[in-house]
Amino acid sequence: MEKIIFYILAVMMIVFAITAVTSRKMLRSVIYLLFVLCGVAGIFFLIDYNFLAAIQLTVYAGGIIVLIIFSVLLVHHIELKLDMAKPIRQIITAIGCLIGIGVFLTTIYSYPFKVVENSNITTTAQIGSKLLGYGEGGFILPFEVISVVLLAAMIGAIVIAKGKKLSDKNEETI
Amino acid sequence: MDISYIILVPFIPLAVFILLGLFNQKIKPAVSGYIGVLGLLVSSSLSFYAAYQYFFVSGKMDGVYQTFIEKAVWMKFTETLQIDMGILVDPISVMMLVVVSVVSLMVHIYSRGYMKGDDGYTRFFSFLSLFTFSMYGLVLATNLFQIYIFWELVGVSSFLLIGYYYTKPSAVAAAKKAFIVTRFADFGFLVGILIVGFTTGTFDFETLNAVSPEGGSLLLNWASTSFMGLSVITWALILIFMGGAGKSAMLPFHIWLPDAMEGPTPVSALIHAATMVVAGVFLVARLFPMFYFVEDGFALNIVAYVGAISSLFAAIIAITQNDIKRVLAFSTMSQLGYMMLALGVSGYEGHEGLGYMASMFHLFTHAMFKALLFLGAGSVIHAVHSNYLKDMGGLRKYMPITNITFLIASLAIAGVPPFAGFWSKDEILVAAFENNILIYCSSVFVAGLTAFYMFRIYFGIFWSKEKAYDHAPKESPLSMTFPLLFLALLSIVVGFIPFSEFVTSDKIGFEAHLNYPLAAIATTVGLIGIVLAWAFYKKENSLSDKYANAFGALYRWAYDKFYFDEIYLFITKNIIFKWISAPFAKFDRKYVDGTMVGIGNKTVWTSEKIKGLQSGRVQDYAFSFIAGAVVLALVFIYLWTN
Amino acid sequence: MIEGISIYEILTLTTILFFVGVYGFLTRKNLISILISIEMILNASVVNFVVINKYLYPDMLQGVLFSIFIIAVAAAETALAVAIIINLYRQISSVEVKDTEVMKY
Repeated sequence: MEKIIFYILAVMMIVFAITAVTSRKMLRSVIYLLFVLCGVAGIFFLIDYNFLAAIQLTVYAGGIIVLIIFSVLLVHHIELKLDMAKPIRQIITAIGCLIGIGVFLTTIYSYPFKVVENSNITTTAQIGSKLLGYGEGGFILPFEVISVVLLAAMIGAIVIAKGKKLSDKNEETI
Repeated sequence: MDISYIILVPFIPLAVFILLGLFNQKIKPAVSGYIGVLGLLVSSSLSFYAAYQYFFVSGKMDGVYQTFIEKAVWMKFTETLQIDMGILVDPISVMMLVVVSVVSLMVHIYSRGYMKGDDGYTRFFSFLSLFTFSMYGLVLATNLFQIYIFWELVGVSSFLLIGYYYTKPSAVAAAKKAFIVTRFADFGFLVGILIVGFTTGTFDFETLNAVSPEGGSLLLNWASTSFMGLSVITWALILIFMGGAGKSAMLPFHIWLPDAMEGPTPVSALIHAATMVVAGVFLVARLFPMFYFVEDGFALNIVAYVGAISSLFAAIIAITQNDIKRVLAFSTMSQLGYMMLALGVSGYEGHEGLGYMASMFHLFTHAMFKALLFLGAGSVIHAVHSNYLKDMGGLRKYMPITNITFLIASLAIAGVPPFAGFWSKDEILVAAFENNILIYCSSVFVAGLTAFYMFRIYFGIFWSKEKAYDHAPKESPLSMTFPLLFLALLSIVVGFIPFSEFVTSDKIGFEAHLNYPLAAIATTVGLIGIVLAWAFYKKENSLSDKYANAFGALYRWAYDKFYFDEIYLFITKNIIFKWISAPFAKFDRKYVDGTMVGIGNKTVWTSEKIKGLQSGRVQDYAFSFIAGAVVLALVFIYLWTN
Repeated sequence: MIEGISIYEILTLTTILFFVGVYGFLTRKNLISILISIEMILNASVVNFVVINKYLYPDMLQGVLFSIFIIAVAAAETALAVAIIINLYRQISSVEVKDTEVMKY
C-alpha cells in the first residue's frame, strides 16, 4: 500500500516538477511547484515525520508559495507568456542534466548503504527538546542564530522592497 | 680665535630670504626693503668684525695666517671619506666675506631706489638674500662638496634673478641659457670632485691643500694613476677648472654672461660683476696648492692661458658693443681673465706668489669699481630708460654725481694711478712679466683696450651730443647715489691697502713694491687708450665709423661676438640634436616605447576578446559551475572506480 | 521507513527532482522562475537529509533538525529574493534576466 502511494507521489512530483520548469505561464508554474512541495510533504508523512511534513506544508505551501504568487501578481500580467531559452540551449542543458542524473545515480547505486530496519516514530516533543537542548548534541545555538537570520532577512526584505520613498504605495509587498 | 659667530653671517640672509619668500604678499614693499638692508647690515658688520679680528688681532701665529675650521659631519661614506658642513676661515675667505658684504650691502641699498614701484619688489629682495646666503656659504665652505652645493645655489639664485622679469621672453631665454651653460660646466666640476674623492679619499680643502715640509703637495702619493699621459688628479683639476670657467665666464663658456644682463642692473652689479662670477677665480685660489704642485702646475698653465685668451677676446668684443651693460659684461669677463691669468702665472712661496696675491687683490678692487660701474650704468638707465649708447649723450649736466663716480670707476679700471685698479693691475702685470712674456704682452694690450672701451662708453654717455629725451633726465635719489659715492670712495682708497701683507698663497705676508718701469708702461698704454677714446667719442664725429669700416671684417666679427653663439647653436641644433638626439628619440619612441605600448595594446585586445565571458547573466555562471562540477564528479568517479 | 521502498528509489526521486530544478534554473529567463527552480533544488536536498536520517540513523535527529534549518533559511532567502525582484522591477520595469545584465557594471 505504502509502496503504491510512494510511486504515485513520485510520478506526480516528477511530472509537476517538469511542467513547473517548462510552463510558459508564470502563475501556473508556481502552482505546479505547489504540487511538488505537497508531494515532498507526502513523503515526509510516509516516513513518519509528521512534524516535518506539517512544517513543509505551512512554510512552503502556506508561506513561500503565497509570497511568490504575490510577487508574480505585482510584476506580471497573469496571462503573460514567458520567453523560453533557445532550443539549442534547452537541449544542451537537458543533456547536461541527464548526464548529471546518470553520474549521481551510478554513484548512489554503487554505494552500499547500511540501512537499519526500524519503525521508530519521532514525536514533536523529541524534536523540540533536541532543538532547544543546550546539553551535548543540543541545537540551541543554531536555533538562536537562525532566528536572528530570519529577523534580519525580514527587516532587509522590508527595507529593500520599500525603496526610497517612505510614503510609497508599495507597502503591501511583504 | 673664536669663529663660531661667523656662522651667523650666512644664516641671517637665509632667514631674511625665508621671511620675505614666505610672506611675499603680506609684507609691504617698503618694509621688505628695510628688512633686506637691515639683515645684510648685521651680516656685514659681523664679517667686518671677523675680518678685523682675523687680520689684525688673532689670525696670525708666528707670522703665518692660520686656518680656522669649525665643522660637523654631514654624510659619512667610509672611514676616511665623509662630507662635512662647516665654515673655514683663512685669508681669502675673510677677504671674500668683506667683498660680498660691501657689494651686497651697497646693492641692497641701491635696489631700494632702483626697484621702487616694481611689482616684484619683495620677491627681488628675497632672491637677493638667497644669493647673498649662497655666496657666503660658498666662500666659507670647508670642502669640495660643500662648495659645490653652494655653487649650485648661487647658480639658482642667478637664474632666478636673471629671469626676474619673467614676462619678458628674452629674460627667460637668458636665464635658461645662463643656467644651462653653467650647469654644463658644473658637470665637469662634479666629475672632477668625484675623481678627487675617489683617488684621494677626501674632500676637505685642508687635506687637499696640505703642503709637505719639503715643499710639495702631499697629494703626490695619490697622483700616480695616469690617464692619457696626465695624472688623474690633473684631469680632475682641469675638470674642476671647467666648472670655475663656467661660473667665471671664461672661454668657451662665456656666452651666458652678456645675455645675463637681461636681469635688473643691481643684480648685474652684485652677481655678474662682483661676486658670483669671481667664484671661479675663488675656486682656483682655494685649490691653489693643489693646482700648483700636482704635475708641476700643468693645470695651472691651462688656467693661465684660458685667462689670457678670454681677457683679450672679451676686450676686443667690448669695443664694438653698443649696449652699455654688455660692454660692462665683456669688461667683467676680461678682468676675470686677468685674475685667472694672474693665478696661472703665480708661484707658491714668498714673492713667487705675487700672482696669487695680485689676483686676489684685483678681485677685491675689481669688485668695488665694477660694482660701481654697473650701479652707475643702472643709474643712467634708470634716467634714460634705455640700455643703448645711441640713446645717451651729454648726461653730465643732468647727473653730476653719476658722472663723477662713473669717471672715477672708469679711471680705476683703466689703471690710472692712484685709483684702485692701477695697483692691482700693476701687480698682475709684474707677475705676468716675471713668468710669461707672451701673456704679459697680451695683458698690456688688453689694458689699453680696457681704457679705450671704458672711456668710449663714458664719453658716449656723459659727453658727446645731447640726445632728444622724452623728459629731462634727472639725478637719481639718494638711496642710489649713496652707494655710488661710497663705492667711488672705496675705488679710490682700496688700492692703498698693503694687500700682500694679508692675502698670499703661503699665508706669510711679504712686501710688494711698485715696479716703476712696468707701471709706467701700463699707465701709458692706459692713457693712450683714454686719449684715443677722447678723440673718437668726446664730440660726436665720424672718426669711429671710419675706423670701424677700416677694420671691416674684424669689426663685424667682434660685433657679433666672434659668432660663438652661432657656433654653439649650430653644434647643438644641427649636430647633436639632429644626428644624435633625434635618432635616439626615434629609437626610444619606436622600439622602447613601442614595445611597452604594444604590450598594453595586446592586453587591451585580449581583454576585449574575452570580455564576453563576463556576461552578467547569472545562469551562464551557474551553467559553467554545474558543468564544471559534473566534469569533476566524472573524473573522481573514474579515478575511484579504477 | 516505507514498506517495500529502498533508499535507492527515494534518492533516485530526489536526484531527478534536483536536476529538473537545475534544468529550470539554467533555461528560464525570468527571475521568479529561477526562484521557483531554486525552491525545487532546496526541497530535493531537504528530502535527502530526512531520508538518510531515517534509513541509516533512525535513532538520531540531526537530519530532521537540519531540514528545519534549511526550510527556515529558504524562507528567509525567498523573502529577500522577492523584495529584490520587486525593487528591481520598480527600477527597470522588468524581471527578465537579460535586463539585469547591466548590474555587472
